[in-house]
Parts: sequence; C-alpha cells; structure tokens
Amino acid sequence: MILPKLFRRTGDYRCQDLVEVVTDYLEGALPAPTQARFERHLRRCDGCDRYLAQIRRTIELTGRLTVDDVEALGAEARDRLLDTFRDFHTARG
Amino acid sequence: MGTADLLLTLAHRPPALGVQCAGILRRYTRGAPRCPTGENAAVPEVVADYADDTVLVAGLRAGDEAAFAWLLDRYRASLTRLARSYVATGAAADDAVQETWIAVITGIDRFEGRSSVKTWLHRILINVARSKGVKEHRSVPFTSLAGELEVDEPAVDPARFVGPGARRAGAWASPPVPWDTEPEGRLLNAETRAVVEAAIATLPPNQGRVLTLRDVEGFSPTEVCNALDLSETNQRVLLHRARAKVRQALEDHFEDATP
Repeated sequence: MILPKLFRRTGDYRCQDLVEVVTDYLEGALPAPTQARFERHLRRCDGCDRYLAQIRRTIELTGRLTVDDVEALGAEARDRLLDTFRDFHTARG
Repeated sequence: MGTADLLLTLAHRPPALGVQCAGILRRYTRGAPRCPTGENAAVPEVVADYADDTVLVAGLRAGDEAAFAWLLDRYRASLTRLARSYVATGAAADDAVQETWIAVITGIDRFEGRSSVKTWLHRILINVARSKGVKEHRSVPFTSLAGELEVDEPAVDPARFVGPGARRAGAWASPPVPWDTEPEGRLLNAETRAVVEAAIATLPPNQGRVLTLRDVEGFSPTEVCNALDLSETNQRVLLHRARAKVRQALEDHFEDATP
C-alpha cells in the first residue's frame, strides 16, 4: 500500500509519537506546521483526542490537591513557628 | 547556633498562646486563596490581601502574624512535597521545611523583590533541602537530572500501540479507557486525590519537583525553570513524563473501580 506511506511522509502523526508531545502542544511549544499536523490528527483519532483530554483532566485534578492531602506541618509545629515569628519581632522591637 | 536550636529557644511558650493564635487565624482566613480547610480554618473577615506580594512583604517585615500565618498555610504543603524529593526521610523533609520558615522569618528584610515571594520561598527550601540531601549521602537512583533524562520513558506503554511492521504501526491498539462515564463527583473525591498524591510520591525526584511546582502549585514554566535551574526543554520533558504517569495511575484506578 503506497497511500499510507505517502501520508506518513507528508507528516501525519503516528499515535505513539503524538502522545509524546502533548505537553509541548499544551505549552504552545510546537512549531506552527507541527501544531497543525497535531490538530489534524486529533480531529480523526478518537484515541489521541481522548488521551489529550485525559492529560488535561489530570492537570486539573493535580491542581486540586489540597494541603490536607499531604501530611505537612502539624498544628503544633505551625503554632511554634507563629511563636517564633512573634518572638523575632518582639525581640527586634 | 543552628536554626533548629534557634527554633527551640524561641518557640518554648506557655500553652495559652494557642488561644491567641486561633484569634489571629480567624482574622485572615476568609477569601485567602487555597486556604486550609482543616480545623484551624474557617470564619471571618479579611484584613489584608496577602496574595499581593507588596502587602505580604510589608506585613512580614512589620511583624504582622496574620501575614506569616497566611504564608505558612498557603505553602506548607508544597514545601513539604518539594522537600521530600530531596531527602530520604519524612523527618529530614520536615526539618528542611522548618529551617526554611526560620530563614523566611529572619531573612525577610533581605528579600529584594526581584522574584515573587513564592519563588524566593521555594528557592530557600530547595537550597536547604538539597544541602541536607547531600549531607545524607542520599544514593537513590535518578538523583541526577542527567540520569533521569537519560532513561527512555515512553509516555504510554509501547504495548498499547500496533507493533512495528504492521500497516498501522504506531496507531492505538488499546486506546485510553474513557473516564467520562464515571459517576458525577467521582473525579474530585478524596480517593481520587489520594491516587494522584500516591502517583506523585513515586515519581523520580526531578519529575516530582516539576509536577509539584507546575501542576499542584501553579508556577509558570519560567518560574519553575528559575527555581530548579532547568532549561525550558528539560522542564517540558520532565513535566510530560510526570503527567503521563499520573494519567496512567488515574486510568488504572478508574478501570479497577468500574464494575
């Protein structure tokens, strides 16, 4: 089959290559022609379209982690630091 | 005198102070972005807009405890996450975070405003944590950036694509499983957040740092490059590998949970 090869040569993305540049795409780091190829591929590939959507969702979920999701600085340590701050400024007058 | 000693010396206070702290807290919590939802949070009236660096720095220099409490709560999680990628134990990470806060308390007068408070704070943590890591003689795989980048890590398992030689080589053989059929709210619940948190915890250090700063803390790419001394290209490579792993962890989680 000659047609698919020709297609590839004119720059259609392979799915396996596309998933590697998703963050480049989201960061606007792809050169304009490459970005156009990327978007052309997405329009006719559900798998890649979904992959991109899931990476976006992943970013969104990661951004929702809160202070409560990590055991950071217990209340006691926090109070001690506030005391330290107060003492430092009191001592300095 | 080391900072830990300084902390101990300055920190010994009678218990009644806890009550005062609670009073101070009540004044700043409402409206502060991403303020804690724990027991210390809740209630009342905004005194100042500490998200504005000018206001924040003025407050810190003047000894405004609400300003310091705001800063503590805004960044304690991200500092802890970041510290853990430099040192071997949770205790050492906590020490690094403590030392960072002491350095902020004692060093705010030297803050020159050339970067944001956020970048300045994280750079202090990185310096403290990195030197602790060196002292620990930490020898885990992937500690060096070069080592981490050298390893070839595909974003998606190659087995999920059509193998070489076939006409559709490189096309999806096993495409991503949809998540959108999940019950409403499922994507946001504590269990899902725990999956994300666990996935981040197992990332190689440089990937974990970049993901934490970019996607958890919302640093700009430039801020991350500056804080971690990375080129933009390497920042993107690390970020993408990290995101790909977290995505995979979520896919595994949703797949397992689907009846």
